[in-house]
Amino acid sequence: MKENKIISNREIVLKIKNLYKSFGNNHVLNGFNMHLYKGENLVIMGKSGSGKSVMIKCLVGLLEADSGTISVMHNDITKLDQEALDILRADIGFLFQGSALYDSMTVRENLEFPLRRHTKKFGKHIDTNELVVEALENVGLANAIDLMPSELSGGMKRRVALARTLILQPKIILYDEPTSGLDPITAKEITILMQDVQKKYGTSSLIITHDVDCARAISDRMILLIDGIDYAAGTYDELSNSTDPKIKAFFKH
Amino acid sequence: MLVSHNIKAQLKSFLIEIGELSLFTGRYFREAFKRPFEFKELLRQCYHMGNRSLLLVGITGFIIGLVLTLQTRPTLMEFGAVSWMPSMVSISIVREIGPIITALVCAGRIGSGIGAELGSMRVTEQIDAMEVSGTNPFKYLVVTRVLAVTLMLPLLVIIGDVIAIFGSYLVENVKGNVSFMLYFNQVFDALEFGDIIPATIKSFFFGLAIGIVGCFKGYNCEKGTEGVGKAANSAVVFTSLLLFIIDFIAVFVTDIFYDL
Repeated sequence: MKENKIISNREIVLKIKNLYKSFGNNHVLNGFNMHLYKGENLVIMGKSGSGKSVMIKCLVGLLEADSGTISVMHNDITKLDQEALDILRADIGFLFQGSALYDSMTVRENLEFPLRRHTKKFGKHIDTNELVVEALENVGLANAIDLMPSELSGGMKRRVALARTLILQPKIILYDEPTSGLDPITAKEITILMQDVQKKYGTSSLIITHDVDCARAISDRMILLIDGIDYAAGTYDELSNSTDPKIKAFFKH
Repeated sequence: MLVSHNIKAQLKSFLIEIGELSLFTGRYFREAFKRPFEFKELLRQCYHMGNRSLLLVGITGFIIGLVLTLQTRPTLMEFGAVSWMPSMVSISIVREIGPIITALVCAGRIGSGIGAELGSMRVTEQIDAMEVSGTNPFKYLVVTRVLAVTLMLPLLVIIGDVIAIFGSYLVENVKGNVSFMLYFNQVFDALEFGDIIPATIKSFFFGLAIGIVGCFKGYNCEKGTEGVGKAANSAVVFTSLLLFIIDFIAVFVTDIFYDL
């Protein structure tokens, strides 16, 4: 309780209010609310098809919400023009579910790609090689710099994708199912890596997952997305001890 | 009743697709003239599309030249008009056969490649990743590819035409003992700007059609590997149909201006 009080005094870096999104007659989000504090790891859990990925895509402007407000570092992204949105995106890292590495480029080129797009943030005369090597060292893959994505394993791809996300030194990182499709050992390694990143850079993280082990290890706070709304919120212990059958279903092993 | 309902539904979806393709083309022209320009990626695409299609276009052109000459020779001989062979072959190749065959080969080689590549990038969220990293994927992926194929196709057509005429010369040299100088003198005598300019302009439009349709199909690919296959396949089918429509319009317009 004391911890929650301390957290609630912190700055809110990301806030969603009454988010609605439908695809035809399929009402995916029905008034979803959430906020993320600076330096916090917030886990959002929900069943497959519950709208977690839709919500996170609305957050970065990949999908347009039907209604509601999305505020990222005090900017309402629904009202930003393309140029302002692109500048803001440099402060938001996004780790995609399938890593989404550019498969026609080497690992080095994958990491250089976002750097070249954000010369305003780093200046035109940055040493890209130094930043690329540093980002890859942070994920333990410095020796994979000249490999093609097709030569990497699933876990390595996820690490490179994280390095690509980190290279822009974002203030917020959005993880879309970071451990899905990975074996338990690699999934644990990725979870530890996410914790290390959070400690080293002090980023705020929004993690979408249905990996209970990952959620337990990394979450400061959790939200359960059920029926398109923020059905329940609390710490891992609070939610896992709930008597509500809808909530209990997530924590059954 | 059911058949009529199916036809209506298919017609509706076809018209919707035409509308979406028109909007996509409009967006291409709007984005193509806006900064920043992706020159490096444009050059890379020009190299890939030009270089990788060159061999195929060359072989096809050579065979077309050979076959056209071999098939036409007996008929011309019957009328004692074999000396017209260089003129006939060069005009048919430059005006019609060269551009359309090269465009069809490129629709299969480049159009399907673009459809599959962009489709796979869409399915694996690479296009989303590009957008999130602050890059306009339409500009980086679509504008560069469409522009590259629009610029490269006329060059490929010219190369294909030259190789086809050379193929024709080889047959004439073997069968009729015609010298290189004599054959090509007749070719240049027969060809006029009225043959070359409309064919080159037409080739630009062929290139634009191949690029736009390939990108449209790939960029709006449905989810899943099936979607990628469909995108590649329908890019070729739709482009081939469009090429003949453009060809018809081009010949019609040329007829007005040059009085063929």
